Amino acid sequence: MLQGKWFSALIGIVLGIACGGHALAQGTIKVAYTDPLSGPFAQVGDANLKQMQYIIDYINSKGGALGKKFELVPFDNKSQPSDALIALKSATDQNMPFIMQCSGSNIAAALIDGVNKHNDRNPDNRIIYLNCGAVAPELTNEQCSFWHFRFDLHAGMKAEVMVRALPKETTKVYLINQDYLFGQSVQREVRNYITKLRPDIQIVGDELIPLGKIKDFSPYMTKIKASGAQALLTGNWGPDMNLLIKSGVDAGADLRYYTFYAHLAGGPTAIGAGGDNRVLAVMSFGENVAPEIGNKEAEAFTEGFRQKHKFDFSAAGFRTIFEYLQAAVNKAGSIDPLKIATAMEDLQVKDFLGFDTKMRKEDHQIISEYFVGTFKKGVKYDAEGTGLGWATSATILAKDIDQPNTCKMKRPSAS
Amino acid sequence: MEVFVVSLLNGLVYGMLLFMLASGLTLILSMMGVLNFAHASAYMLGAYFAYTISLYIGFWPALIIAPLLCGLIGAAIEMWGLRRVHRNGHIAELLFTFGLALIIEKVVQMSWGLLPVPYRVPELLDFPLFKVYGTQFPAYRAFMLAISALMFGAIWLGLTRTRIGLVIQAALTHPDMASALGHNVPRIFTLVFAAGTALAGLAGVIGGNYQVTEPAMAFTMGPIVFVVVVFGGLGSLTGCFIASILMGLIQTFAVVFDVSLADLLAKFGFVVTSSTPFAEVLNVTLPRVGALLPFLMLVLILVFRPRGLMGTRDT
Amino acid sequence: MTLLRRHWPWLLAIVILLAFPFLFYDWSKGRHSGFVLTLMSEIGVMAIFALSYNMLMGQAGLLSFGHAVLLGMGAYCAAHVVLLVKAGSFWLPTELVPLAGGLGGLFFGYVFGWLVTKQRATAFAMITMGLGELVSAAALMFMGFFGGEGGIPIDRVMDTSLVGVKYSSPWQVYCLVLVWAFIAAILMRLQTQTPLGSMANATRDNFERAQFVGYDPRMVRLYQFALAGFFAGIAGGLYVLIYEIVTFDTVSAAKSANALLAVYIGGAGGFFGPILGTIVVVLLQSGVSLLSNAWLLYVGVLFIVMVMYAPGGLIGLIFMHMPIWRAGRMRELLLPYARAFPPALLVLLGFVLMVELASFTTIGAAQGKKFSIAGHTIDTTTPMPWVIAIAALVLGGLWLRREARGFRERWDALMEGAKVASAKTSADAKIPLGKAQEAMS
Repeated sequence: MLQGKWFSALIGIVLGIACGGHALAQGTIKVAYTDPLSGPFAQVGDANLKQMQYIIDYINSKGGALGKKFELVPFDNKSQPSDALIALKSATDQNMPFIMQCSGSNIAAALIDGVNKHNDRNPDNRIIYLNCGAVAPELTNEQCSFWHFRFDLHAGMKAEVMVRALPKETTKVYLINQDYLFGQSVQREVRNYITKLRPDIQIVGDELIPLGKIKDFSPYMTKIKASGAQALLTGNWGPDMNLLIKSGVDAGADLRYYTFYAHLAGGPTAIGAGGDNRVLAVMSFGENVAPEIGNKEAEAFTEGFRQKHKFDFSAAGFRTIFEYLQAAVNKAGSIDPLKIATAMEDLQVKDFLGFDTKMRKEDHQIISEYFVGTFKKGVKYDAEGTGLGWATSATILAKDIDQPNTCKMKRPSAS
Repeated sequence: MEVFVVSLLNGLVYGMLLFMLASGLTLILSMMGVLNFAHASAYMLGAYFAYTISLYIGFWPALIIAPLLCGLIGAAIEMWGLRRVHRNGHIAELLFTFGLALIIEKVVQMSWGLLPVPYRVPELLDFPLFKVYGTQFPAYRAFMLAISALMFGAIWLGLTRTRIGLVIQAALTHPDMASALGHNVPRIFTLVFAAGTALAGLAGVIGGNYQVTEPAMAFTMGPIVFVVVVFGGLGSLTGCFIASILMGLIQTFAVVFDVSLADLLAKFGFVVTSSTPFAEVLNVTLPRVGALLPFLMLVLILVFRPRGLMGTRDT
Repeated sequence: MTLLRRHWPWLLAIVILLAFPFLFYDWSKGRHSGFVLTLMSEIGVMAIFALSYNMLMGQAGLLSFGHAVLLGMGAYCAAHVVLLVKAGSFWLPTELVPLAGGLGGLFFGYVFGWLVTKQRATAFAMITMGLGELVSAAALMFMGFFGGEGGIPIDRVMDTSLVGVKYSSPWQVYCLVLVWAFIAAILMRLQTQTPLGSMANATRDNFERAQFVGYDPRMVRLYQFALAGFFAGIAGGLYVLIYEIVTFDTVSAAKSANALLAVYIGGAGGFFGPILGTIVVVLLQSGVSLLSNAWLLYVGVLFIVMVMYAPGGLIGLIFMHMPIWRAGRMRELLLPYARAFPPALLVLLGFVLMVELASFTTIGAAQGKKFSIAGHTIDTTTPMPWVIAIAALVLGGLWLRREARGFRERWDALMEGAKVASAKTSADAKIPLGKAQEAMS
């Protein structure tokens, strides 16, 4: 007989949220954050949430913006675009000026579209979408939107960083990517920049694999070895990357692995000591950057997180986001999304490592410095207690990755 | 030739891992008719148990203890859960295991965290055993092959040489008859379920460090196990064995052959251009869909031969 | 007048559904709550989807693991139709977009159905699972039809409305969803009374005998599957209008599982069971998930409790009361229910507190959340809340057990009484519980 009660309790709970939503105080600047927080991919949202919370506490201790504090309101989207759109509705119901999302270009595309339509139809209740990690180039090119700001380099830029980091001796590379929008754009962009920047490099293999379906990568390793490649370039993430590198290490392949995501939560654990001096990651930040460039203040900041959470700090980009928000809100002098969005355009902020960054006006894409880290022993801060960590092997400055864009932005008429 | 030998070995290893997972499910599904969605969760539990145990007393005891723990859990689930649900029909049983899979996933996340755990190959086995044409063959893979072969032998002996095995075999093909003959079918059910779960746990112990031990591992391993079991056919361990090896080999070799339907058509003088209808489908190369072939084969075999490869009765 | 008398539950439902969103109307800003409207529209869509799933599971005894394929294909078709209408290729009123989705669903239902309905029982379940995996993988790979990972975004404001509505606000879309949900539900209800519906029941209940009647059970399954595809496609068309985007997860296994869960929790036996189940499932997924990241655990526990104690689903629980209600003795159940309520609540609270504490200390705390009940922040590192949780769980459990015994006695007595009373009217309230399951074996 329990079910009847379950049911009524549920109704009560839902009524509670919905009603409670209206009664929220206006004291803080709310940022809705939506990413998977439950289910098999919960680690993504969990890791982001921890770091954002730490950053927000810091930004608030520096005065927030307009005398108000920022507040993060998480929504679980279960990796489903429809749930992200429901989260968008909740956010706009509560007049939140920002919605943030990091993981999944499919969800990002849905959100851009949803935000555009919402803002067109409800000029009195607009919202800005802060993209903290969905990197399909389309999002700031064909699909670019005035309401969308991307705070991570897109796949094309990362591909350029990756290609620039390839050492002179490397002449044969192999490409493996996941068979969907993101993987296909990595494949295309990497090819593109290899022909442009390193015509001496030969692409000896180029493959797409079904997303998340491969359980054993040894056959690919056999093929890669047979091709004589010196480096493996991949945009894979999650199990598709971990298993790929693991099987390469097992097979004793003499390869270097250039990845986009090996440094993110879970990667170092899965790779382990076998990846010493072989695995490289294109990353926005590594904990060893600060000690390497001798920036004590930045080092203290990242170390603070480490001590608090026993967990690596990898998301300096999130701090840049909130510094942009702080600057833009203060500049706009209001939390009206239209004014903030306008203030954000062409805004320049020095990030906490001391590098110049810029929010490009034409396509709302951040231009920031980027690093390539090598996973190896003997660094100051190791990753996930493996004893190995990311040593910076290349730093690409913002001005070098200022790639052109094809965005034709539609700006709202001044009202 | 080089590629062929290495791929063959890799295919065998992967196939044997699949078999270890699938053999337990074959027993459970054929005998009890339960589409056990929590089977891959037992695989995950096995890996996590082995990780924790190996932290304290080492990998080798874990190899025994972790599967036993999984078996105990399986027995408990059968006695206090499934048996009760059994009278409510097969869909109820299926949903029961589905709910269980959700709970296990969350409990694992709460106990071991959301991130992968560093469950590693024991040092004793962490060396390349031999080299085939320049590619190392890790000793651990040979160990996996040995364990799964041993297990296959043990199950086979157990089923054909022991009394309880014969009863189980009888119950596999003629469940009603076996109970009519006065065998304690519920107890056999508990035994089979526990054994099946323990086998999945064993697969987890040796698969967890070969792959990555993380909360999503059950979720990603789930569907393929069903494919193997149904493809092999209900009630046939041999079928399951052949299916596992076949799936392992197919997925491995599909990667090697870089051909598409368009290439095939080109042989017959039909050139596919971008304006040909379905050009996108025709141009897909075999490696891109290699991991999907098992599902395609599952659909095909069920359409034409519903009892699976060596099944003793229709699915 | 007879219409009013016979169909008052339907009319009442319409009135309630139209009035309900106004409970959340934000009078100060003069707008509806978009969240509530979207959630209710989602319930509407998923209800159609679950009902169409029940055409397979409840009516024909076919357990499908790939029903979302039909929903998704319908949605993709509808999205392409909207794009074509927008581009001016042809004219179609916005109101009929779901119908386009339905026709797409019907087409794919027939094509896929031709393949999968060759088998039944477990073989059928496994083919649908394989097909579902194939289609969802294909949806990511082939950009042309599926739009890849980004899916196909559309704009539902087409200015082709028959009634002059722009469909720019969620409220207008919600009304459209309601209309279509009622049309679809009525059609599906009528379908159960057609010869096809009856034959589907017959093949479910007694496969061999149904064959002797002269119908080809394969064809019965095929038509039933294609029709279920039609209604799932309508749901897909509505999905497109609500979210204005269709992505690969509309064809995913998770969506298929939702339908199965909704139908089972609601109860496959009664026609309205799936609707009840959908409400529970959607509220759990989109409501409770906002409150707790342990919501999947609650879902799991709910299923286990349901399959163990209420295999007929919610509707089964309600139907169980029918004989007593007929005998006019419901009032006598009030007291036992009232007595069982506090311990049940205690168990529930104890359990939820327990799970939340565990989930919070292991995961939530690090995310910077605070564990608070009614404004009071609770320190989860002290033993006190744990003791309270465990005490509530144990005491409540023991108490509930005691009450359950008394409840059962009362219940049995009432049932006995009701049986005697209705001996002459015979047990027409019997519901085909577990029939679908029998057909599975």
